[in-house]
Amino acid sequence: MDAAQHPSLKGAVLPRPSAMQRVFGSTLMSVLIYAAVMGLIVYGSYVGAQNMGYNWQWSRVPQFLYSFTDDGFQLGEMIIGLGLTLKLSATAFALATALGLLVALLRLSGLVIGSAVAIGFLEFVRNIPLLVLLYLFYYVLGPIFGLDRYTASVLTLAVFHSALISEILRAGINAVAIGQWEAAKSIGMSTGQTYRYIILPQSIRFMLPPMTGEVVHLVKSSAIVSVIAVAELTTIGRNIISDTFMSFEIWFTVALIYMAVTLILSVGVSFVERRYAVGQ
Amino acid sequence: MNDQKPMIEVRNLDKFYGSFHALKGINLTVHQGEKMVVCGPSGSGKSTLIRCFNGLEFHNSGTLIVDGVEVHENAKEIRAIRQEVGMVFQQFNLFPHLTVLENLMIGPMKVRRLSRADADDTARKYLDRVHIPEQADKYPSQLSGGQQQRVAIARSLCMESRIMLFDEPTSALDPEMINEVLDVMVELVDTGMTMVVVTHEMGFARKVADTMVFMEMGEIVEISPPEQFFTNPSSERCRLFLNQILEH
Ligand SMILES: Nc1ncnc2c1ncn2[C@@H]1O[C@H](COP(=O)(O)OP(=O)(O)O)[C@@H](O)[C@H]1O
Ligand SMILES: [Mg+2]
Repeated sequence: MDAAQHPSLKGAVLPRPSAMQRVFGSTLMSVLIYAAVMGLIVYGSYVGAQNMGYNWQWSRVPQFLYSFTDDGFQLGEMIIGLGLTLKLSATAFALATALGLLVALLRLSGLVIGSAVAIGFLEFVRNIPLLVLLYLFYYVLGPIFGLDRYTASVLTLAVFHSALISEILRAGINAVAIGQWEAAKSIGMSTGQTYRYIILPQSIRFMLPPMTGEVVHLVKSSAIVSVIAVAELTTIGRNIISDTFMSFEIWFTVALIYMAVTLILSVGVSFVERRYAVGQ
Repeated sequence: MNDQKPMIEVRNLDKFYGSFHALKGINLTVHQGEKMVVCGPSGSGKSTLIRCFNGLEFHNSGTLIVDGVEVHENAKEIRAIRQEVGMVFQQFNLFPHLTVLENLMIGPMKVRRLSRADADDTARKYLDRVHIPEQADKYPSQLSGGQQQRVAIARSLCMESRIMLFDEPTSALDPEMINEVLDVMVELVDTGMTMVVVTHEMGFARKVADTMVFMEMGEIVEISPPEQFFTNPSSERCRLFLNQILEH
C-alpha cells in the first residue's frame, strides 16, 4: 500500500523484519504453535473421554474415508461429502467474487444510485446472521423461485461472502495509485478498459492475502448448510454418528479434514503470491 | 501574432476546488505547432490549467475549446479529445505491471484498435525516438528515472496525438538525468508538435518557447514571447520570480 502511495518507494526493498518477527511470523512457527495447541486439545479430550468411560473405535473410521471392495478402491462417504463441500465452496466463491466485484464497482462508480444500492446491500447482508440468511433463501425464496437445497446453499454463501469480498476488492482497487487512473485516461482509455487492463491487474497483489482468508472462511462457513441437510462433509459426519454413535472419532475426523483443506489452500496461495510478487 | 489554426482556446476560464478559486479568468490561445512554456510558483495553478486541457479536471465557467471541440464534464467527445492530447506527468505514471513495450502498445491496441503487429511497430518506432530501444522488455521499475520519463513520453507519442502536455517532466528527476529528457523534448519540438510545457527549466524554455506564460495565484500574470519575457517582463512579480529561479 505504501509503495502505491509513494511512487518513489515503488519496487524498493521492504525493511527487514526483526529476528523476533521473522521467527514468530514464519510458516513453520505458525504450524508448530498450531500443532501444539491442537495437541493439547486432543490430549485433553482424550483424557476426558477416558474418564467418561468412552469406548474409542478408531478402527471403524477408515471405512468412511475409503475402502477396498470387490469392485476395487472406493471413496468413503466422508470423502464424497468433502467433494460436495469443495464444489459448494468453489461455486459460491466464484459467484461471491463476481457479485462482490459488481458491488465494489457500484460503490466506486460515483453514481449516487449506484453507491446507495451497494451500501444498502452491504448493510442488509452484514446485519443478518448467516443462519437466518440461509433460512431466508431456503424457506422463503426457495419455494418462490423453486430453489433446491443445494442452490439455496450456494446462493446463501455467495451473497454472505460477496459483502466481505466487495470490501476486499474495493480496498485493493483504492490501493492503486491515482496516477495510474490519470495515465490511463490520458491515453483515452474508458473506465472499463482502465479497470480491466490497468487497475485490477495491479490490485490483485493487494487482494490475494485477504481473499485467501475469505476462501478459508467460506469453506468453514459452508458447514452451516448441514442444517438444511445438504449432503456435505458436516451433514455426512452427523449422519454417520447417528448410525454408529462414534461422535468423538467422527467429529475429530471432520475437523481434521477441514483443517487439511484450509491449510493446503493457504499454503497454495502463498506460493502463488510469491510468484506474483516476483513477476512484478 | 500567429496565423496557424488555434488548437487550444481558453476564454474567461474559472475553476474552483470547493470554495477555493484555483483558476481565475484565464485567457489564452495555443496555435498549431506552437510551443508554450508555463512557469510560476508552486500552487499557482499550472497543473490545474493543463489538466483541464485533456479533461483530467473540468472548469466551472468560461469556455475551453481543444482541437475544435468544446471541453466540458459531460462532453461525449472527452475520450476522443484525450486521444488527441497526450500528457506526460511529473511522476511518470508508467504501468508497473507491464513491460516497457506493453506500456507503449496498450494505448494503440485498446484505444486506437491497432493490430498487435502494428502496435508493436509503433511502439518500437517511438522507443527508438526516445533512444532506449534496448529497454523494450524490461519493467519500468528496472529503469532509471530519466529512462522512465522517456518511456512515458514515448507512450504519449504512440497515441500520435496532435498536442502534448508536460507537467514538470523533469522535477522528479535526479539532476544528471534532466538533460536526457530535455533533449528528447527538444527533438520533439522539431517535429512540429503543439506543446504546452510546465517547467522551471529556463534554458529549455529559452531554446524552444514561442510563448512564455507566468502564473501566480490562479492568474496569468504575464504572457509574452521569450525575448520580452526574459529581458523585459512587464510585471514586477514575474521579474522577481525569474531572478529567484535563475539564481540557482
Ligand atoms: N484536487 C484538488 N482539490 C483541492 N485543491 C486542489 C486540488 N488540486 C489542486 N488544488 C489546489 O489548487 C492550487 C493549484 O494547484 P496546482 O495546479 O497543482 O498548482 P501548481 O501545479 O502550479 O503547483 C493549489 O493551491 C492546490 O492546493
Ligand atoms: Mg503542479
